[in-house]
Amino acid sequence: MTTFTNIPKQIEEALQAGHGTASRRDFLKNAGLLVVSLSAAGSVAAANAQTPASQPAGPYPDPDFRQLDSWIVIHEDNTATFYVGKTDLGQGTGTAFRQIMCDELDIAYDKSSLIMGRTDVTVDQGGSGGSDAIQTDGWPMRRVAAEARRVLLDLASQRFGVPPDQLAVSNGVISVKADPSRKVTYGELIGARRFNVTLTGDNINATTGAAKLKPVQDLKIVGQSLPRYDIPPKVDGSLQWAVDVKLPGMVHARNVKPPVAGAKLVSIDESSVRNLPGFVKVVSKGNYVAVVCEREEQAIEASRRLKVNWQKPEKASFPNSEDLFTYMRNASPTAAPRQDVAGNPDAALASAAKVVEAEYDVPYQGHTSIGPAHATADPSNGQMTIYSNDMKSYGMRNGVAEFLQMPRDRVRVIWMEGPQGYGRTAADDAGFEAAFLAKEVGRPVRLQWMRDEETAWDTKGPAYTFKLRGALDAQNNLTAWEYNAQAADYHHVGYNEPDTVLIAQLAGMGRAKPASGRASTPSDMYVIPNKRETTHVVSMPLVFETPLRTGNLRDPDGPQVTFASESFIDELAAEAKADPVEFRLRLITAGTQEDSGFKRARSIATIKAAAEAFGWDPRPSPKRMDSGPILTGRGFAYSFRSQTVAAQIAEVEVDRRTGHVWVKRLVCAHDCGLVVNPEGLRRTVEGAMLHSLSRALYEEVTFNTEMVTSVDWGSSPTLGHADTPAQIDVVIVNGDPKPDRLDLPPYGAGETACKPLLAAVANAIFDATGVRLRRIPFRDKRVLAALQAAQV
Amino acid sequence: MSNVTLKVNGKTHTVDIDPSTPLLYILRNDLGLQGPRFGCGLGQCGLCTVLVNGEATRSCIMPASAVTDEITTLEGLAEGGTLHPLQQAWIDEQVPQCGFCQNGQIMTAKALLDKNPNPTDAEIRDGMANTLCRCMTYYRIQAAIKRAAKMIAAGRPAAEKEVLA
Repeated sequence: MTTFTNIPKQIEEALQAGHGTASRRDFLKNAGLLVVSLSAAGSVAAANAQTPASQPAGPYPDPDFRQLDSWIVIHEDNTATFYVGKTDLGQGTGTAFRQIMCDELDIAYDKSSLIMGRTDVTVDQGGSGGSDAIQTDGWPMRRVAAEARRVLLDLASQRFGVPPDQLAVSNGVISVKADPSRKVTYGELIGARRFNVTLTGDNINATTGAAKLKPVQDLKIVGQSLPRYDIPPKVDGSLQWAVDVKLPGMVHARNVKPPVAGAKLVSIDESSVRNLPGFVKVVSKGNYVAVVCEREEQAIEASRRLKVNWQKPEKASFPNSEDLFTYMRNASPTAAPRQDVAGNPDAALASAAKVVEAEYDVPYQGHTSIGPAHATADPSNGQMTIYSNDMKSYGMRNGVAEFLQMPRDRVRVIWMEGPQGYGRTAADDAGFEAAFLAKEVGRPVRLQWMRDEETAWDTKGPAYTFKLRGALDAQNNLTAWEYNAQAADYHHVGYNEPDTVLIAQLAGMGRAKPASGRASTPSDMYVIPNKRETTHVVSMPLVFETPLRTGNLRDPDGPQVTFASESFIDELAAEAKADPVEFRLRLITAGTQEDSGFKRARSIATIKAAAEAFGWDPRPSPKRMDSGPILTGRGFAYSFRSQTVAAQIAEVEVDRRTGHVWVKRLVCAHDCGLVVNPEGLRRTVEGAMLHSLSRALYEEVTFNTEMVTSVDWGSSPTLGHADTPAQIDVVIVNGDPKPDRLDLPPYGAGETACKPLLAAVANAIFDATGVRLRRIPFRDKRVLAALQAAQV
Repeated sequence: MSNVTLKVNGKTHTVDIDPSTPLLYILRNDLGLQGPRFGCGLGQCGLCTVLVNGEATRSCIMPASAVTDEITTLEGLAEGGTLHPLQQAWIDEQVPQCGFCQNGQIMTAKALLDKNPNPTDAEIRDGMANTLCRCMTYYRIQAAIKRAAKMIAAGRPAAEKEVLA
């Protein structure tokens, strides 16, 4: 490599190797079409006549989403490279994008490759988030692929002098229907040349050409369980991850965080590290401090040895975590509560035969990614290239440009694979910090957080407290529902905002007015005539520069809210002495109103499918208790997210001697509409369920009044191999009343299955023991105490 | 600084380094072996696992100077261009989600199967304890270990897929 601002050859090669099967040589050749500045290394440049060797590295203008060439390149060897503005966080969306686009383009899957999330060469589809990859972003991908096919048919029509409707397409070869010996490949028609086709659409989601999409019934690659292309390089060690980036002249950095929340920097004694081997620099701004050294282990050592004088805040930053829920219940809301009322809940509660009331608590839970935050930033030539696993690389590019006050087109983010954080990298601290440090030291900087730093200071899912009341009439019908939720979610961190990322707060560049945050309400199709749902946000005493800053953790509020709502429905069913599944179905079928996605019909079908797959035996909970030391039971819960419905059943074993809960079996019936890759979907749903199982059984951020005390895998336990269910069944449902419609849509699948699981486990524990657990997590000690209190 | 000699994946390397440097950083930053990764630096999670004389070893807390035996990393598992049955089983079962922890899972499973070629479910759970995955792919990992054990016993890839429909 000859210039720092180009991507080094070995990284380019590694990126390409991870992207699919089209040859790198062809990719490089054609990438010139996109005016991409690739590696300028001699041999590569020679192989790439269309990338001008003298082309200045950067600027990096936004790829134009209204140009077909920004999305698809057809190579001379009749392969295609797709460019999309998404990132794959390990759920196989990259494979799914290729399936969708190959199907519309009419080429074989193994003749395609995919580039994702590189702000300089892929259009801005926002990166990942909200489980919208297939549901939302797949549509423009499908339409541009269809448009490319249409244009290619036009070209073939001109070549053969035959109207397009008299041509046939198969696997990238167009032939004349009447004379199949007359044929031409896509590569022959357009290989190494631009389409020069302008697309339309008010925004990127609306991007379209003139082509019509294929009816769902004609899709052949969609619906296949193709193996993920990214898995082989992940298991043979060949994949280059963001954490692996090495650049000439690169140095290593580690942060030095305040020892307690809200501490102010008084002074730094640089002499404490100046003579350490490899020392380069101490960088500080406000309360942000980092050490830079030549080698990684030197930076770690220096960060531990650096003497910094901090001043603790005078007031407690937050309550002790044991007192959290009491604090939250007594705290004043940060803004007027939101309230939705239907019917007359007060009258219904006053005239009820029975009023059921319960409170639930969910603590802060961390993202606690398996790999701490990291990024490498290259400041060469007055520009900034950031190699990052940020799920929202486009937002980071904009945020860093603003943070460093650089023109947007001088900043680019190269997305590479990384440890999944399920929302952690939506506000990617390390990318901002690496860029800041790179600018300060004038050399490429690789920054990585340490484990205690990550677990203490990462973004947290908000803590919640709930109070619910329900009214049953004399016939055990649910006549009123009152839901009251408070979320500790004040100053919820936004997406890569230059004034809310942690370095901005610490460096005194944060915003003055906190983001308002939110508390959410349940997602179900129950029909209850009288309802009141009230939500509040509450704040900790310390709002800024806090390790309890909240961010979007996989289905940001769903697991908490659904734990409360679906536990309470179960309590009502038990009070009504009704089977929990029948009780729910009765509430859903009390209405007939449908939405555009037929969510009611699909809820009913999904719930029934789960019960059938499990072999559900209708009866009220709790069951008659087992006599031995192991108590068994089953619990049900259901919810939806956007248009995707999930119904889950957990079968548990509770050890009455130890309080240990083992979820022996899980069933999830899941309806996300059209399924692109069934086995990929199954694994995503399994992962989502077990992630929530970890949250149900183990996860809790602990803290004293000064600082978070859960800082490693000992103090912040997680689900492990021993907790794995013996059996997991994922049942893919299509409960659409018109499943054969030509435009059957796909919905998101990344997060819905996170929602019901906590309640399903709590309901199963109740079924097994008759004890209702209303506080997450169900660690052994807490379960045992509850069992003993109830004399189980 | 002093010379530390390491035998890794059949090759001998000499590195001029502070001998107390954890093995992980030398493998990654000096020898270009990036299968092992930093996860905790505390020996708790397993991301940095390598085999030292066949034993699963957490390289993030192992001083380089303390390692005199042969080291095998993820990159060294394949033989003659053929993936180790565990790696193949990982592909067949489509185990990873993000995949960042899977080095630790595969290397720990390798040490497990080398000692116990036909482990029971309980032995797998026990042998893999404290090898963490935050995408929670444990269910598929355990299936892949059983699959690999069968492949190794048969001396060939398993004839049919057990999980993938």
